[in-house]
Amino acid sequence: MESCNCIEPQWPAEELLMKYQYISDFFIALAYFSIPLELIYFVKKSSVFPYRWVLVQFGAFIVLCGATHLINLWTFNMHSRTVAVVMTTSKVLTAVVSCATALMLVHIIPDLLSVKTRELFLKNKAAELDREMGLIRTQEETGRHVRMLTHEIRSTLDRHTILKTTLVELGRTLALEECALWMPTRTGLELQLSYTLRQQNPVEYTVPIQLPVINQVFSSNRAVKISPNSPVARIRPIAGKYMPGEVVAVRVPLLHLSNFQINDWPELSTRRYALMVLMLPSDSARQWHVHELELVEVVADQVAVALSHAAILEESMRARDLLMEQNVALDHARREAETAIRARNDFLAVMNHEMRTPMHAIIALSSLLQETELTPEQRLMVETILKSSNLLVTLINDVLDLSRLEDGSLQLELGTFNLHAVFWEVLNLIKPVASVKKLHITLDLAPDLPECAIGDEKRLMQTTLNVVGNAVKFSKEGSISITAFVAKSESLRDIRAPDFFPAPSDDHFYLRVQVKDSGQGINPQEIPKLFTKFAQTQTLANRNSNGSGLGLAISKRFVNLMEGHIWIESEGLGKGCTVIFIVKLCIPKRSNESKSPFLPNANHGQSSFPGLKVLVLDDNGVSRMVTRGLLVHLGCDVTAVSSSDECLHVVSQEHKVLFIDVCMPDGFEVAVRLHEKFTKRHERPLIVALAGNTDKVTKENCMRVGMDGVILKPVSVDKMRSVLSDLLEHWVLFDTM
Amino acid sequence: MDSVVLLQRQLVDYTAQLFNEGFLDDQFNQLQQLQDESNPDFVVEVVTLFFEDSERLLNELAKALEQQSIDYRKIDAHVHQLKGSSSSIGAQRVQKVCIAFRNYCEERNIEGCQKCLQQVKNEYSLVKTKLETLFKLEQQVLAAGGSIPWPMQ
Repeated sequence: MESCNCIEPQWPAEELLMKYQYISDFFIALAYFSIPLELIYFVKKSSVFPYRWVLVQFGAFIVLCGATHLINLWTFNMHSRTVAVVMTTSKVLTAVVSCATALMLVHIIPDLLSVKTRELFLKNKAAELDREMGLIRTQEETGRHVRMLTHEIRSTLDRHTILKTTLVELGRTLALEECALWMPTRTGLELQLSYTLRQQNPVEYTVPIQLPVINQVFSSNRAVKISPNSPVARIRPIAGKYMPGEVVAVRVPLLHLSNFQINDWPELSTRRYALMVLMLPSDSARQWHVHELELVEVVADQVAVALSHAAILEESMRARDLLMEQNVALDHARREAETAIRARNDFLAVMNHEMRTPMHAIIALSSLLQETELTPEQRLMVETILKSSNLLVTLINDVLDLSRLEDGSLQLELGTFNLHAVFWEVLNLIKPVASVKKLHITLDLAPDLPECAIGDEKRLMQTTLNVVGNAVKFSKEGSISITAFVAKSESLRDIRAPDFFPAPSDDHFYLRVQVKDSGQGINPQEIPKLFTKFAQTQTLANRNSNGSGLGLAISKRFVNLMEGHIWIESEGLGKGCTVIFIVKLCIPKRSNESKSPFLPNANHGQSSFPGLKVLVLDDNGVSRMVTRGLLVHLGCDVTAVSSSDECLHVVSQEHKVLFIDVCMPDGFEVAVRLHEKFTKRHERPLIVALAGNTDKVTKENCMRVGMDGVILKPVSVDKMRSVLSDLLEHWVLFDTM
Repeated sequence: MDSVVLLQRQLVDYTAQLFNEGFLDDQFNQLQQLQDESNPDFVVEVVTLFFEDSERLLNELAKALEQQSIDYRKIDAHVHQLKGSSSSIGAQRVQKVCIAFRNYCEERNIEGCQKCLQQVKNEYSLVKTKLETLFKLEQQVLAAGGSIPWPMQ
């Protein structure tokens, strides 16, 4: 812009140009003034801007430029020297500021550039952090899903629900298109499609278990990506147009153990697995992320545990039901058994009574008959009838005994008896029957067989009679031989009785009886059955023989009670048989000379006790009189007293036996006082209690006060007789009931 | 001779009947066994003593049960005695009632006791009549010259 000093008219020819310049200058000035204002405004707004000084400088520079241009406006026309001076000043200032600014900028621009770089860097970092945040959030969500899934799965113990829930929750969490579970079949050779997510009623596909893809999945405990075209993944028709979603499969161990370490599963080859197949939605371009695979693996583990718990629960419920059933059945059976036993006992008791009544009549009338005038033949017959009837009564008793035998409550009635006489009696009894059948019977008693023995005479006779009777019954012709001798130790151990270990000693011996017949014999295989109740050999030839079959069973039990053994030897049908039994009998001790000057009676020991001084204490007049009469009948010299004081007053060393009725209030006390009075055993009488019952309590009380025996009232003559002879022989009483 | 046999048969039948109906039990047989030449009237003596004893006891019982305050212990003692006597001679039915009587005594059941007392009295008079008849029959047999057929099982 040239300035000239010539005076020029207002608005010369270049007036247009000048006008434009004028206007432009004006606007420039305006702009130059407003820019700093804006800058200041923005600087005020942003408090962080670090380069205020630069802005100020810029501001100054711009303001000055503006001023310059503004002042230019005045120079278009005539202007005074002041204006020119102002103009110059502003121009100079502007020059200074702009140079300063230029210099400043050189210094500042690198800084500004690096700010930019830092900004970029920070932006990248922020983006990265965002990404990581996203990842962590996803993982946390996965964790939550796993927990929720586990909770759902483990909240039920029903197998079906567990599996269904698993599929549903997995499908939801991972947004799956399809989720399926293949279970191994019973044979273990195939996998069967058991549960699916979307299809309600899956068709029962099966695939063989030996496919390579399945082996691959089963051999690792991680989730494995498999091809969507593999047979296990082609569950439904392909819905999408493009790519089917990625498929992952994982194994689910089917455990039968109740506790296991997750990281420590033993790799057994017999382990069974199920296969879980998960498909992402097709056409979604989603991929399986690592955290999703981990989720799947964890879920598979949990499902395995939940299934094993469910299996255990099922089994324990089943076992409990079974036990309950068994309990009920057992209870029922026990009640039935009890009813049966009761019924049998009732039946036996009734039959027993019914059978006894006619027997009484028979025995009574036969005794009557005996008293009348009879020919010797008739007398013999009547005696046989009587003896047989007595035996029959014994048998009736024994039918009842058998039930007691089986309960184990039967005890032998031991006594001294004539052994030889037993065999002679048996022979006499069986002779009539045998002679009718024209059988020849011989009895051979060994010379060293003792004449007397201690044992249960009645039952020994019954056993012998039964055996001999059987021999006669089952022989149509020929002969029967009975031998009895003392068994020596070599012959005691028979091969046929392997668990029989007899031990002979000084006070007992083993009696061996052999009954050999020449009858029809027995098939050796049938022998074991013979000793069972009610069993008979099935030979049709002897259907005419009637017998309940109890005989041998009862005999066996008696023999066993006598600590012996019974068995049968036979070589076969038609060859006869031999029945052998061995029983233990005691040898009677030599009796004291002073006590029993009489020969022992064959059946009863001493039959009377003349002069035996006896004392009876009973406060009941009638029973005192009865006891007294009993003892008088046996020949004793009886003193009867009715009070304990009288008893103690009267008793002396001469009295050998004292009978006390323990129902008396002070009965026991008398025994105690007696012990005090006579300290030495041979000075005081033997004390026997007469009791109304012989339960344990009574017996214990009697033992406690030092009594020598207990007898049950009412006492029969025979009982009293045997009691006295036992007492005097042994100084103590066996248990008598 | 025939009449003796007849009488004997009558005796046997009557005795068997007593046993069947439960008036007597095996103890009575035992008593009869104790009778022998040195003791020919043993059974009669014992039974007579039983009658005297029982009547005394029954009177005592009746008196005791009429009291205002009943002494059950005394009653129990009496019944115990009666039970003992009746079992000694084999009066089975009397003995059974005595057992029931003692149970009621333990329970202190007064109606039961009175009922039982009545029963005992009945049974006692029954058995007394029967035994007296039995002894009469025996006398008849002996008078006719026969012997008493025993022991009877």
